[in-house]
Amino acid sequence: MTLDFSTLLPYLDEILEGLVTTVWLTVATTFVGIALAIVVAYVRDGAPGIASSLLGAYVEVTRNTPFIVQLFFLFFGLPALGVPISATVAALLAMVLNLGAYTAEILRAGIDSTARGQHEAARALGLSRLQSFRHVVLVPAFSRVYPSLISQCIIVMLGSAVVSQISVFDLTYAANFIQSRNFRGFEVYLVVTLIYLLLAVGLRLGFEFVGRRLFAFRQGGSS
Amino acid sequence: MTDFTLWDIVRNLLLAGRWTVVLSLIAFAGGAFVGLMLTLLRMGGLWPIRWLVRLYVDLFQGTPLLMQLFLAYFGAAVLGFDISAWTAASVALTLFTSAFLCDIWRGCVEAVPSGQWQAARVLGLNYLQSMRHVILPQALRLAVPPTVGFSVQVIKGTALASVIGFVELTKAGTMLNNAAFAPFTIFALVALGYFILCYPLSRYARYLERKLYGAGSR
Repeated sequence: MTLDFSTLLPYLDEILEGLVTTVWLTVATTFVGIALAIVVAYVRDGAPGIASSLLGAYVEVTRNTPFIVQLFFLFFGLPALGVPISATVAALLAMVLNLGAYTAEILRAGIDSTARGQHEAARALGLSRLQSFRHVVLVPAFSRVYPSLISQCIIVMLGSAVVSQISVFDLTYAANFIQSRNFRGFEVYLVVTLIYLLLAVGLRLGFEFVGRRLFAFRQGGSS
Repeated sequence: MTDFTLWDIVRNLLLAGRWTVVLSLIAFAGGAFVGLMLTLLRMGGLWPIRWLVRLYVDLFQGTPLLMQLFLAYFGAAVLGFDISAWTAASVALTLFTSAFLCDIWRGCVEAVPSGQWQAARVLGLNYLQSMRHVILPQALRLAVPPTVGFSVQVIKGTALASVIGFVELTKAGTMLNNAAFAPFTIFALVALGYFILCYPLSRYARYLERKLYGAGSR
């Protein structure tokens, strides 16, 4: 048994290409997924109705099935219904829907822990439902659940390794590709795993930096 | 080519679903055992041990489960063992589960007020006795809801074992789809299978949490 990492050197381009894909998928998912979650949380925070129930079902189904099955369902299932979908679009869609459902539930926990009276006070002061949701409900909820939000985005980034299974050229796909050429599976996967670890650390630091800017006024105010 | 009736598909998925259940149980039981050992080491041991446990937890929480499965599979080959997908999946999922449970349980032990520790030590109990009779019974009450909640993640995690060739629910779905080509039906049924396993656990975890922290949080 010998480990030989030099056999990886000719494949730096592939690793870089995979890294770029994983990063842009993660960044795009973070923005779109959180936006989706805010809409879902807004509708579910309102009066019960059909829209609210449907979104509730979406959240529960997504949270209680594996990401890889959601991905296969979208990638193989939609074309069978006559909706053509590329691997990249299927991957992005699956990641957004996944992060959206988890984040909606995280936000809901944050909203539930905000005193109901604040919401009512805002309405009594003449703010519309949307205004009071945005200024009085959402922002405090966000700052309260921000740590969970960071963890969830990292989980989705790590979970994105699965999109290699529908042949999206991400970091894991690059690893599989190299492994099939140089037969050095362990070395390849070890290096790529470390890259994922660095991405996770980087993502956390980035989020914490943004969080300090976004919620600076709150941290100064609270004890 | 043979025609697949809906019942053929459902029956094959049910048969494969057994292995999803078995693998989940192995991963959860193994993970709980290793996780408990790690929690005890982290709470008590010397600083190098605490530091190592923390590194272990961070490594498993900061890397994809899929990579952990690949490394278990290929790592064993490098060491000269020819292991089956069964063994690789069981080992990888056990280690993955143990890291997360260790993190959850550490939080629960730390949530027990430190006055309880001091009181136990003042009364003459040693570390293990204080842990066994004073801290763990209180921590256990806090630990049940998040542990039940995490079991859902374990079940969903077993789906990734399909990638290294372990035939469970997801792998059976892709194999059936290759033969019958009815992706919409088949993957909807696969998803339903996981939902039936996971949803009751999710609901139960939420119920336990409400019961523990009281319903009047709002």
